[in-house]
Amino acid sequence: MIRSLALHLGLVALLFALHFVLPPYHHGNLARVMVLATYAIGYNLLFGYTGLLSLGHALFFAAGMYGMALSVQYLGAAPAPALLLGLVAGLVVAGITGALALRTTGVAFMIVTLMFAQAGYLTILYFGEYTRGDEGFVIQQAQRVLWGLDLSQPTWRYMAAWALFSACLLGSLALIRRPFGRTLIAIRENEERARMLGYDTFAHKWVAVVLSGGISALAGAAYGLLFGYAGASFASVQYSIFPLLWVLLGGAGTILGPFVGTLFMFYLIDLSSGITTAYMLMAGVVLVLLTLFAPQGLIGELRRRVWGWLP
Amino acid sequence: MELGPYLLLATLEGAVTAAVLALTASGLALVFGVMRVVNVAHGEFFMLGAVIAWWVASHIGGAPVWGFTAALVLAPLIVGAIAAAADMTVLKRLDYDPERTIVATIGLLYILQQATLMTYGPDARPVEPPFNQRLALPWIEWTETGLGLYWPWGLSTTSYKLAVIGAAVVVLLGIWALMTRTRIGLLMRATQLDRDMALAFGIPVERVYALVFGLGAALAALAAVLIVPIQQAHYLMGHDPLLLSFIVVIIGGLGSLPGTILAAIFIGLTDGIISVFFSPTLAKILATLLVALVLVFRPQGLFGTRAA
Amino acid sequence: MILTTKGLTRHFHGLKAVQSVDFTLQKGEVRALIGPNGAGKTTFVSLLCGRIPPTSGSVTFDGADITALPAHRRIRMGMAYTFQITSIFAGLSVAENVRLAARSQAGRHGSTPLDALDRVGLSGRDDMLAGDLSYGHQRLLEIAMGLAQSPRLLILDEPTQGLSDGEIAGFKALIRDLAGDTTILLIEHNMSVVMETADRVSVLNFGEILAEGTPAEIHANPAVQAAYLGTG
Repeated sequence: MIRSLALHLGLVALLFALHFVLPPYHHGNLARVMVLATYAIGYNLLFGYTGLLSLGHALFFAAGMYGMALSVQYLGAAPAPALLLGLVAGLVVAGITGALALRTTGVAFMIVTLMFAQAGYLTILYFGEYTRGDEGFVIQQAQRVLWGLDLSQPTWRYMAAWALFSACLLGSLALIRRPFGRTLIAIRENEERARMLGYDTFAHKWVAVVLSGGISALAGAAYGLLFGYAGASFASVQYSIFPLLWVLLGGAGTILGPFVGTLFMFYLIDLSSGITTAYMLMAGVVLVLLTLFAPQGLIGELRRRVWGWLP
Repeated sequence: MELGPYLLLATLEGAVTAAVLALTASGLALVFGVMRVVNVAHGEFFMLGAVIAWWVASHIGGAPVWGFTAALVLAPLIVGAIAAAADMTVLKRLDYDPERTIVATIGLLYILQQATLMTYGPDARPVEPPFNQRLALPWIEWTETGLGLYWPWGLSTTSYKLAVIGAAVVVLLGIWALMTRTRIGLLMRATQLDRDMALAFGIPVERVYALVFGLGAALAALAAVLIVPIQQAHYLMGHDPLLLSFIVVIIGGLGSLPGTILAAIFIGLTDGIISVFFSPTLAKILATLLVALVLVFRPQGLFGTRAA
Repeated sequence: MILTTKGLTRHFHGLKAVQSVDFTLQKGEVRALIGPNGAGKTTFVSLLCGRIPPTSGSVTFDGADITALPAHRRIRMGMAYTFQITSIFAGLSVAENVRLAARSQAGRHGSTPLDALDRVGLSGRDDMLAGDLSYGHQRLLEIAMGLAQSPRLLILDEPTQGLSDGEIAGFKALIRDLAGDTTILLIEHNMSVVMETADRVSVLNFGEILAEGTPAEIHANPAVQAAYLGTG
């Protein structure tokens, strides 16, 4: 208990300290990784801890991003209420699609979530007049000042990403220690048994979808605000596959896995895009190799072989 | 053009879409039906078929008919072999676990697509059709002298498009004969019914699986060779056929071949006709939502019957 | 009367698995449910605890009609069910398994989770992964999970299958110990367990109740012998 708290607080402190030492290029990258890792934390809550494999999380990420960006663009909302609107958009979309998709299981669940996300992506294209479709739109620097902090500045951008990531990391650690989190794990391990112990498994899974969608939406809203851009590509299938890839690589059902997986994959793609335009090739190869040889991911293997206490 | 001729044109275009879709989707349905594998890389096998068709056609000189004929034979064979190899090296080792297989085929999707980008490049390239006469079509109208025929401007199709429809019908009949009339079809159906029982009876299930996976991919490749003279080959062209095939297979009742073909005709035709009245994007939104709701509320498909 | 069924029926595609069964359980009794394979025993108890919905008929538990209630609500009313085919959380620790069982019964408690492990003889194994236990111990864990729920009605589906003789003796003692406080419905093939623990026995055959009585009466019943016990 103390070991794992120390480990996670240590990571949070380390990321804070890196702000002062990293060269600008990696400093910017790490800010981006922390926001994307927050998205992965949201995904991991559903996939890693509840055992539900969604292929449509881009829907929630984009709901957050567009909920934020459209209200800034067309309602003139300030960043704080815009972020809140993004979160609410994600929660509502997750609540409705979750209630429908959870009537299915396994492969059907994967395809239903994929189809909902595809419908969401096409909807963004359909309303291209407002969303500017694939081209997207820029959020002006003047609209990105949160409580007097200019989020387009590297320092505040990094700090905002750090605060969001730390809150979600420690929040998810707390969640899986609570009875609710233990029940999610029980559902992942043996849903019928959990039901026959008196747990309302549908309600638990629905709350998990909503929480997971909410965190993903928050990450999407923050991404749009910190990097000043919203575009339809963030709603495409690729952005549903990414969190799956990051979580699988880092270790599904581990607290550190989402961050480790996002960091590794980000730099892997960053390095290979220096060599070829076909940088998604790396993503494909890593996916196949992981499913074949390390289905537990990096942190999962570490937990299995060395540190059994890792949460 | 008036509405009547316009609808006829849309129906003809829709029939071509339906023919190609029926081929592609029955490949997906075959793999899902026999192996219970959801192959997310199916669209990339379609794309590979088109790209290989371009490659073969551009390496064979002479009249377009020679290049095209060679592509028609070689592309499905090569793509089928690649798919069978992927089955034996990856899917077999995952023991066909449904969720892990999907993740692996997503990986396969990116590998095939990006490898094509690295070698073939980002351009769209055409393949010349072997024959392509324009056929003007008549329309009836009520004149002072009674019913009369006239040829509205723009109402036409090509001999090649009609040939695509014919070819699809022939291939689908062939698949049906293969499944119902041959020993290998019998083995496939036995494996589909009960894998363990099939193993116990000495059916080489592993080889049947590799064959089915290869055959499914070859069907997609064949569909692509047929469409590439109309559409051009491009490394991202696999996306739409994949999505439409999913829609068709699900509406048709997962894995049922007759249901899949019915659904392909339904989707192909309505897609053409709906596009006359609505934007294609809206039509796609409605189709994807329909699929999601079918899976939620009627998992046996619109045309399927509930399994006992 | 803790549990009553009226005309409880379940058909599977024309197969009459359970056919208009009227059944009552007295508070505190130990009832054994026996019958040949395929007689509908597991289907019948699944109808009681809500794993599957009935085709027709009703179930009353503790005076309330629970026919329409989902399984998890019935469990929360004080039922516990242990599976015929071992169903535990294999990837979690033994202690976590019983903790999950005990925690779902918020507000009611009898024994603590670790007491339940003691009572089935699994103490000292709390930290092991449940999936690493031997088959017999997994069966005992399943029973411990039932106990940890402190149920008013405990339904056990073939609990002694795969247990050693020593473990079966322990199980008999456990049931006798619980009798009186907890109502127990026991599907059982092992006749010595039935004879030594049950107050009354119900015999199910082709989805219908064939006979009911004390173990001795059932043992002597010629119809039961013909259907099930052979020449006994």
